[in-house]
Amino acid sequence: MKPGIKLIEVKEDLFADNRRAAETLRARLRASRTFLLNLMASPGAGKTSLIMQTVAALAGELRLGVIEADIDSMIDAETVAAGGIPALQLRTGGFCHVDAVMVGKALAELPLKDLDLVILENVGNLVCPAEFDTGASRSAMILSVPEGDDKPLKYPLMFSVCNALVVNKTDWLELSDFSVERLTERVRRLNPGMELFPLSCRTGEGIEAWTDWLRREVAAFLN
Amino acid sequence: MHELPVIEEILAVVLTHAHRHGVSRVVTINLEVGSFSDLEDAWLQRYFDHCSRGSVAENARLELIRVPATGTCRRCNHVFTLAAPGTDKTGCPLCGAVDIVLDGRRGYHIASLEAL
Repeated sequence: MKPGIKLIEVKEDLFADNRRAAETLRARLRASRTFLLNLMASPGAGKTSLIMQTVAALAGELRLGVIEADIDSMIDAETVAAGGIPALQLRTGGFCHVDAVMVGKALAELPLKDLDLVILENVGNLVCPAEFDTGASRSAMILSVPEGDDKPLKYPLMFSVCNALVVNKTDWLELSDFSVERLTERVRRLNPGMELFPLSCRTGEGIEAWTDWLRREVAAFLN
Repeated sequence: MHELPVIEEILAVVLTHAHRHGVSRVVTINLEVGSFSDLEDAWLQRYFDHCSRGSVAENARLELIRVPATGTCRRCNHVFTLAAPGTDKTGCPLCGAVDIVLDGRRGYHIASLEAL
């Protein structure tokens, strides 16, 4: 260090504000007894399709709401709202992720005390959303078969911060060299506790194991 | 891809500490970055240069210190530094188990400033 230069200890973590906002949000959700699921995936992996399937399976027993985060469109919220579920579009205006403050504002627009489960569809992206705590009770991600089984190697953070991994488009498996076994091994190395759900939103095969897991998580949260 | 919000937050923290210590110029910012972070070093500096214009942190250099993720083996409790992400070699180097708990893989920590 050059003479005259002094060293100032800072020792501050970035995103500490966001983590605090996330904790505040979790407390608010506990008070209103609303489970928030943060759903992340690449564009086209099937986030909206999985939400539609999940809503169809759970609508009779749980009061559901959906927040659709998108950089700049309304199409997903319109799709979900057409199914009769309260849906809110959160336009991030160019942001590649949502953070706890944005989610808090969106939740203020939903009748939280009348909702048991809110699904947050995060921005389609395997990089940025992994870095920001949204205040969710659980995080889940989707990897679709056409994306390849090497994705845990390329986006390790995303695979290490989620509680559940949905492997969508299993009806494509026979057309590709994707190996669910290889994927499972790679995921376990990053995240031994990850729950895996191979399924196809198109055929409906495997959906039940996923909705059973979500049902159990919500029940555990509400009790 | 979210270098800009990261930089805005870094700058806010840096300016707070710079003013508290009454410095006239920030020369270097020592920033620790988790090894799983995907931020581009060059873009961080570029955004920083843009955002810091006209402040005491103008022309400061970001010194990025990549902090490797550590793993703790659940079978033999061995603690080790993890190989860079992007490989299949993340098992315990001692016993070979792949059941490990990761730590320190993400996040940003401003360790210190060098200032005049």
